Amino acid sequence: MAQILGLPKLSPTMEEGVLVKWTKKEGDKVAPGDLIAEVETDKANMDFNVEDEGVLLKLLVAEGATVKLGAPVAIIGKAGEDVTALVAQATGKPATAPKAEPKVEPKAEPKMDAPAAAAAPPAQNDAPAYNEAPNNSPPNNVVANKPPPANPGAKVLASPLAKSLAVELGVDLRTVTGSGPGGRIVERDVKAARGGAPAPAADVVPAADSEAEAPAADDGADTKSTMVLTTRSARQLVPDAGAGDYEDLPASNMRKRIAQRLTEAKRDIPHFYLQRPIDAAPLMGFRARLNELLGDRGKVSVNDLVIKAVALALRRVPECNASWEGDAIRRYHRVHVGVAVAIEDGLVTPVVRDADQKGIGAIAAEVRDLADRAKKRGLKGHEITGSTFTVSNLGMFGIERFTAILNPPEAGILAVGAVLDTPVVAGGQVVAGKRMTVSMSCDHRVIDGATGARWLIAFADLLEKPESLAL
Amino acid sequence: MAVISYREALNQAMREEMERDANVFVMGEEVGHYNGAYKVTQGMLQRFSERRIIDAPIAEMGFAGIGVGAAMVGLRPIIEFMTFNFSLVAIDQIVNNAAKIYQMSAGQFHIPIVFRGPGGPAVQVGSQHSQSLESFYAHVPGLKVVMPSTAADAKGLLKTAIRDDNPVVFIEGETLYNSTWEVPDGDVLIPIGKGDIKRAGSDITLVAWSKMVWTCLDAAKELAKDGIECEVVDPRTLRPLDVDLIVESVTKTGRCVIVEIGWPVAGFGAEVAYQVQKHCLDALDAPIERVTSEDVPMPYAKNLEDEVQPQVHDVVAAVKRALYLEA
Repeated sequence: MAQILGLPKLSPTMEEGVLVKWTKKEGDKVAPGDLIAEVETDKANMDFNVEDEGVLLKLLVAEGATVKLGAPVAIIGKAGEDVTALVAQATGKPATAPKAEPKVEPKAEPKMDAPAAAAAPPAQNDAPAYNEAPNNSPPNNVVANKPPPANPGAKVLASPLAKSLAVELGVDLRTVTGSGPGGRIVERDVKAARGGAPAPAADVVPAADSEAEAPAADDGADTKSTMVLTTRSARQLVPDAGAGDYEDLPASNMRKRIAQRLTEAKRDIPHFYLQRPIDAAPLMGFRARLNELLGDRGKVSVNDLVIKAVALALRRVPECNASWEGDAIRRYHRVHVGVAVAIEDGLVTPVVRDADQKGIGAIAAEVRDLADRAKKRGLKGHEITGSTFTVSNLGMFGIERFTAILNPPEAGILAVGAVLDTPVVAGGQVVAGKRMTVSMSCDHRVIDGATGARWLIAFADLLEKPESLAL
Repeated sequence: MAVISYREALNQAMREEMERDANVFVMGEEVGHYNGAYKVTQGMLQRFSERRIIDAPIAEMGFAGIGVGAAMVGLRPIIEFMTFNFSLVAIDQIVNNAAKIYQMSAGQFHIPIVFRGPGGPAVQVGSQHSQSLESFYAHVPGLKVVMPSTAADAKGLLKTAIRDDNPVVFIEGETLYNSTWEVPDGDVLIPIGKGDIKRAGSDITLVAWSKMVWTCLDAAKELAKDGIECEVVDPRTLRPLDVDLIVESVTKTGRCVIVEIGWPVAGFGAEVAYQVQKHCLDALDAPIERVTSEDVPMPYAKNLEDEVQPQVHDVVAAVKRALYLEA
């Protein structure tokens, strides 16, 4: 029996996704586990695998569309099933039940071998135009100028430019007669309607931009309220003259998620902060020796050593490898360290799993790989989820110290500053030394001040005697 | 600035690069003692000796392969095909060796080679010698495909192609060798992947390369009499393609006609059309038009030969369709 497939939760935090690409077509057979689409979630491009067996009868969403969690994206069933009712249902009330009661006509339609896209009957009202009939005019043939179709409620036929121009000039396209093939409304028709002048005859072509700049002053504002809007107009992004003091850059999916999650975290979690300097001289020496040994086989960064030290410190003070569960504190048996990585327009936190068990070289190689792929948006869902503690390092930007917002549900995050040459007091003398300041943000529901301080002692002890990281 | 022929510009480019870099050499049929089938290598044997201007036997697969091998060990070969029609017997060397070895050797071997020679129909040389193969080569990752329309572009781009560390397919216009253009003196390079506006206009964008740029310029002149201002965009290189320049122009004009001398099916203009619709959808006022040769092997008869190829009147008609001036 045919059923509607809803958009599944592909990352723990997703609430909507962009359907980037269908990897199966209508009419394709699918088996449980088959990849049918790629979906961009708030953090990564995820695979959408089906759990059912059957035939993809109908794709309800066009590539590039943003879909709410659970909203219908496709219909799956047996070959030849009639999906008209389900299509109407799916497009009639979107974003409700992901698997609503399937209402299927018992009689099956004969199935053709032709591409399934053309076989499905069009849904009632205004279903998403995924399978919109292509313009059949052969490109190199002369197109006869047919009168516009006599169908009052039908879609307005207009070129994309005519549509955006109509919005700009405040012209209601339903009142315009198209002079293009098949009654298509084209640029000159919109300009003529706006200017009140007749469409130019076949000799004069108005310059593309000059008239479009004319101020829309004399027409009443009421025409604007009834104008047919286009979904996306490049021209709308151009600020009006006189309103050029700012521009609104549309927020990406990722940016929206960052805004939402960090607001929640900062608002709902009682943060407190612990800071301490760490003597980084032994660490820098240790790192230099490691890199000398590695030669051209790789490089270890300060951050790789910090990750290892964080992991071992969590083993020593397991109270900090935990999260608040409302009525319990969940203590994790494994140590997975998240590493904040800045990427274009945001950040992502790939996870080094079981970092306490891994060698420094292995951590270095893994972090480099994760960061590279993060920048290309190539991380899989499991690589950005499940961390139990996070490290954020701005030392490479020369930041001396900062505090980080917790990455829920974790109870701790460590903000790492730069290693600075600084005067220090040793044996009663002021001498040149190296210091690195770290700041730990704690969830006070899970970690108390003294617990956090104990963790920082363990962390500092490990980093100041860096050979212990190799044990 | 001197006004010189396309042929002379290519000759200058090769001479200058050979003076500059002793690793550059030319190999092909009749390139030495005969001075080149189209006289592009005129006088170069005298200047550079048989060590660097090498007459090859009629064996394209062989000398293209020798070129790839020479490039692997650090030389910079210029392999001349008498015409690109003959590259078809060497296409395995170009597609399977030149374009692949950098990747298959995990970056151990660069292939700094130029395959050059004339392409496109000439006059009554029959179907086997009248082909436009740029779409074949533009299909292949690992190759760069350059198609200059003017003497200035020919010189600046050939110099860049010779210095490029990757294989470049450099297709010259067979009927353009005598065409002249102002060419800047000296060592002026034109980057691969950068297009050029050959004529500015506000009403419609014509995209064309190699000989079809000239056809478009003639059509633009004719259309200007009716007050229609065409912008002629010459990408100059098909791979990589200067999509930004084309998009910028179509965003301004809202209409686009792509003119190519090759066949219509899977011709490179289809890729241009895809890029235009993808990036300029909201700016388009009319479907993108393509003007191509007819979908047939080239006839030998002169009248039919002209009929098959895009002519000025074909471009004019396509422009008028895109402007809704002809129903």
